[in-house]
Amino acid sequence: MEPLQLAESAHAVPLLPATRSRAAQRRGRGRRAARPGDDALARGLGWLGLGLGMMELAAPRRLARFLGVGEHDGLIRVMGLREIASGVGILAKPRPTAGIWSRVGGDLLDLSLLGAALGTSARRGRVLASLAAVGGVTALDVLAGDRLARRTPSRAADASRDGSVQVLESVIVNAKPARAFELWSRLENLPTFMRHLERVEQRGADRSHWVARAPGGGTVEWDAEIVEETPGEVIAWRSIGESGIRNSGSVRFLADPAGRGTRVEVDLRYMPPLGGAGALVAKLLGEEPSLQLKEDLRRFKQILETGEIPTTEGQSSGRDARAGHGARAHRKEIAR
Amino acid sequence: MKAACWFGKKDVDVVDVPDPQLINPRDAIVKVTSSAICGSDLHLYNGFIPTMESGDILGHEFMGEVVEVGAKVGNLSVGDRVVIPFPIACGGCFFCQEKMFSLCENSNPNAWMAEKLWGHSPCGIFGYSHMLGGYAGGQAQYVRVPYADVNHVKIPAGLPDEKVLFLSDILPTGWMAAEACGIRPGETVAVWGCGPVGLFAMTSARLLGAGRVIAIDRFEYRLRMAIDHCGAEVLNYEDVDVYEALRETTGGRGPDHVIDAVGLEGHMPGAYGLYDRVKQMLMLETDRPAVLRQAITAVRGGGTVSVAGVYGGLLDKIPFGAIVNKALTVKSGQTHVQRYMQPLLDRIVAGELDPSFVVTHTLPLERAAHGYETFLRKQESCVKVVLKPHGAAGPLTAAGPEL
Repeated sequence: MEPLQLAESAHAVPLLPATRSRAAQRRGRGRRAARPGDDALARGLGWLGLGLGMMELAAPRRLARFLGVGEHDGLIRVMGLREIASGVGILAKPRPTAGIWSRVGGDLLDLSLLGAALGTSARRGRVLASLAAVGGVTALDVLAGDRLARRTPSRAADASRDGSVQVLESVIVNAKPARAFELWSRLENLPTFMRHLERVEQRGADRSHWVARAPGGGTVEWDAEIVEETPGEVIAWRSIGESGIRNSGSVRFLADPAGRGTRVEVDLRYMPPLGGAGALVAKLLGEEPSLQLKEDLRRFKQILETGEIPTTEGQSSGRDARAGHGARAHRKEIAR
Repeated sequence: MKAACWFGKKDVDVVDVPDPQLINPRDAIVKVTSSAICGSDLHLYNGFIPTMESGDILGHEFMGEVVEVGAKVGNLSVGDRVVIPFPIACGGCFFCQEKMFSLCENSNPNAWMAEKLWGHSPCGIFGYSHMLGGYAGGQAQYVRVPYADVNHVKIPAGLPDEKVLFLSDILPTGWMAAEACGIRPGETVAVWGCGPVGLFAMTSARLLGAGRVIAIDRFEYRLRMAIDHCGAEVLNYEDVDVYEALRETTGGRGPDHVIDAVGLEGHMPGAYGLYDRVKQMLMLETDRPAVLRQAITAVRGGGTVSVAGVYGGLLDKIPFGAIVNKALTVKSGQTHVQRYMQPLLDRIVAGELDPSFVVTHTLPLERAAHGYETFLRKQESCVKVVLKPHGAAGPLTAAGPEL
């Protein structure tokens, strides 16, 4: 098994995001973490689908007249259900790529049905206008689907050709690069803020042994080696050997230009077990790598800036006070 | 211990809960001697703040005595008398070091929730929803204070609780609202809302050099307080057209600065008021910004709109055109309490300020539910309710219980 390539030149030099994503397109990989605004178009399309679907369900005849096609109540209602299903699919998901592509499928179906109607309808003008409108929506759907696919690096479907998944995140910390570097470069510190890691053991100057919690329970282990280390600037590692999950990562520490600390940029890449399918399964189990990394970096920042990770776990509340009376008495009974 | 917990809309109950424990090295445990009900607690009580969970301990305006100190809290000792600021700040992040404590980047363990709503998260807040940290509040006999080395001000012996308790929130909040106006000597400031924050904003505006302060409310007993304690002129919005009255009294120009000390549950007679209530009921807007609209319209060109009242979500029909075309400055924010506690305490010690005049009700903690209801319904001329978790042993001021 060949070790993974580490972050390439695009990451070594802090390029502007636009430049980076163009570079990413060239290689056919997501290079930029998804942003909240990215799926606004997708969500709009989701709502459009819901609205249109409801209309198709509720008033198929009126809609048929409007579109200039014959009265096919049953068919239009089925199409309505399809619109609603994909609309819900889009709105219910944080990254609704599958929902959007299901819309494209539906669009093609609509276009072919309208095409068929063009031959038979007495109102060709209406049908042509409907065709144009659906064509426009199709274009938007394709655009949204394409955007989502390109901008969602953690998704299995847009993992690079070799099946690896890449996650990028950054955080700004109020500390000098040297201090931030120090916390990260002692690898045994990582589990304190990276919750999916159980432990990391330093084994020699460049070697380390990693134990991580696997999605859905159990652990995976692997050995890693440091491949680049410049104090205060960068640390990069990759897994070695056959066992565990093939992975690599780099962290860059960039002094903030306004003198407000350090921007820490993390680039993780891993080969999910079973390839893309494994990544999909992990996602279904709620292990969204980019969100996980974001929370990891938040904890990294909290340790660095405050010396502890703020929490409310273990604090008092009145949650048991009301509902609990009966239940507690019951438990006591059982205990006896 | 006993604690006032939120169990749902209009459902507050004092129940037995486990005593708080030190969890992190920078924590302290405070035995609460006084804990007030804040106007913003009424937003929780009325169910307008999302991400509350049944059983959450309420309260973010409290003070007391340190009874336990974490290993890394170097500047507190058992027995110290302290007031705790409602925003929890870490002291180490960019915002804390810029003295913008309520924007602390580290103290909200549930920052991701707030980020979904607002793009970025403010600090964690005691007893004010899980979106803002889910921290247990101080309407309880004891409370855990995170980052306690940053989140306290020590109170010298001899000052009664009622004089210093409001350093925790409403006094700095009123002060910051007035300070945000950048008042020049003699200017006119109009303040909507004669609740405690509004009254303190008026007092602060006076101390900061305002020549005239105009108070707007509909409750005569509260307007009376504005006249008696803040030297304000008053307008009852149920009797007069506020915009016209403000124009008239300022030679047509409008007040130099306006302060909204009402927030998301504003009342307004007439069509707009009804419109907001209906939209809020249908979940088409989360907040009722009646006061904000009126304030923006009434202020003079180039003036300041300072928003101390709490808004949480989406507001409808905000006359942004007036902000642009009148070149207004809009200022707001959760209060950076830690910035103001010491200087305001100094003024209290020096006798320049006595915030205790707002206290109308002092109740044992057990009667918290009654306190919420009385405050909400503005019964018995209620302005401010102070709860005593360990009985009313603390010294009471003359202006205190008028029961």
